[in-house]
Amino acid sequence: MRTIDRRPLALAGCLFLAALCLAPQTAHAHLVQTGFGTFYDGVAHLFITPPDLLVAIGLGLLAGLCGAAASRSVVFALPAAWLAGEMAGAFFPSSLALPWLTTVSFGAVGVLVALNANLPRALLVALACGAGLLHGFVNGSTMVAAGTDRLGMIGASVSVFLVITLASGLVVSLRAHWAQVAVRVAGSWIAAIGLLMLGWLVRGQG
Amino acid sequence: MLEQKRAGNIGPAQGKAPRTLFLAMLALLLLPATVFAHQETGSITGIVSGLKHPVSGMDHVLAMISVGLWGAQLGAPAVWLLPVAFPMVMAFGGMLGLMGISLPGIEIGIAVSAIVLGAMIVTESRPPLWIAAALVGFFAIFHGHAHGTELPAGSSGLLYSIGFVAATGMLHGVGIAMGLVHAFRGGRLAVRAAGAVVSAAGMFFLARIFV
Repeated sequence: MRTIDRRPLALAGCLFLAALCLAPQTAHAHLVQTGFGTFYDGVAHLFITPPDLLVAIGLGLLAGLCGAAASRSVVFALPAAWLAGEMAGAFFPSSLALPWLTTVSFGAVGVLVALNANLPRALLVALACGAGLLHGFVNGSTMVAAGTDRLGMIGASVSVFLVITLASGLVVSLRAHWAQVAVRVAGSWIAAIGLLMLGWLVRGQG
Repeated sequence: MLEQKRAGNIGPAQGKAPRTLFLAMLALLLLPATVFAHQETGSITGIVSGLKHPVSGMDHVLAMISVGLWGAQLGAPAVWLLPVAFPMVMAFGGMLGLMGISLPGIEIGIAVSAIVLGAMIVTESRPPLWIAAALVGFFAIFHGHAHGTELPAGSSGLLYSIGFVAATGMLHGVGIAMGLVHAFRGGRLAVRAAGAVVSAAGMFFLARIFV
């Protein structure tokens, strides 16, 4: 029987998906002016950027579900990667907001939380580093365009640290079954928002 | 009161409290309201529209609450599984709609969802978990397709989605909370009656499509 070689088709599919993920969109430099200086502007930045906030909360919930030991690693890995990404974005600023990748990142984290995925610590840290580098890079690029200095970037990383520490600490402390299910429901909400956002991006209204 | 005053239990300041409160409320009524003569746009419009949209259509409200009610009737693990699965499947339906992939009979599907879910509650049906999840998931696609795509002009798609998903999830929560009365004898009947109302409303929605 003749077998069909599907490798070229799979390769073409992968290339198409990669191109889709890298589709550019103009970055919106929307830094909030708190009036307390650039550090606090950076702190506030996370809370007005929903994709960043969702990925930080989602990773906090996921780390909490994976246990205290995993959480201890992730609460430092994510802000460190975020800061590294911001520095990279500041040195090599890009006008691309990479919305496809940021949406996929928080959506995938939401799916993992909803599935109550018990990831190995190394994989969880790798996931946090990847998400941190990506979101931090976008942050760094937009912050440079808005005229924020490195103090603002440190502020953004500090707020990421606070959010992920509070979220993972809260989940680790949960004992009631219903509370753990509520965490999974929150994950499914994040995943649902990611799916809808992908649709908006296809439509060009992201 | 007079005796209490004589005894010194009520001071002059306490006696004037209702009158002061009345005057304060009167003053509040006289506060001017600013007229906003411009179309609302931007971030806050997106999230508010998303929060308002699921509760503005009775078909969506009844179906979401009935998912929670049925889950409460079925008990664990369905009561937890359905609210976890529903938002994701609904969002998948919304994504199909946003990508321009049309589904036949969306409005019929929404009306039938109310009829079927209401009937499940009335009859206290207890199918296997995977059938219950598949049934709810099937209807979730129609609800997501119809409602997830109605973004007001000038709003953020992401913030609209956050509001839409959160409001839908809270409606499930309302349904589950209402379904807690199922633990009581009279409450069990009340939940079944609520299912009958949902089913009847579904029939009305269906009739409205064809008439």
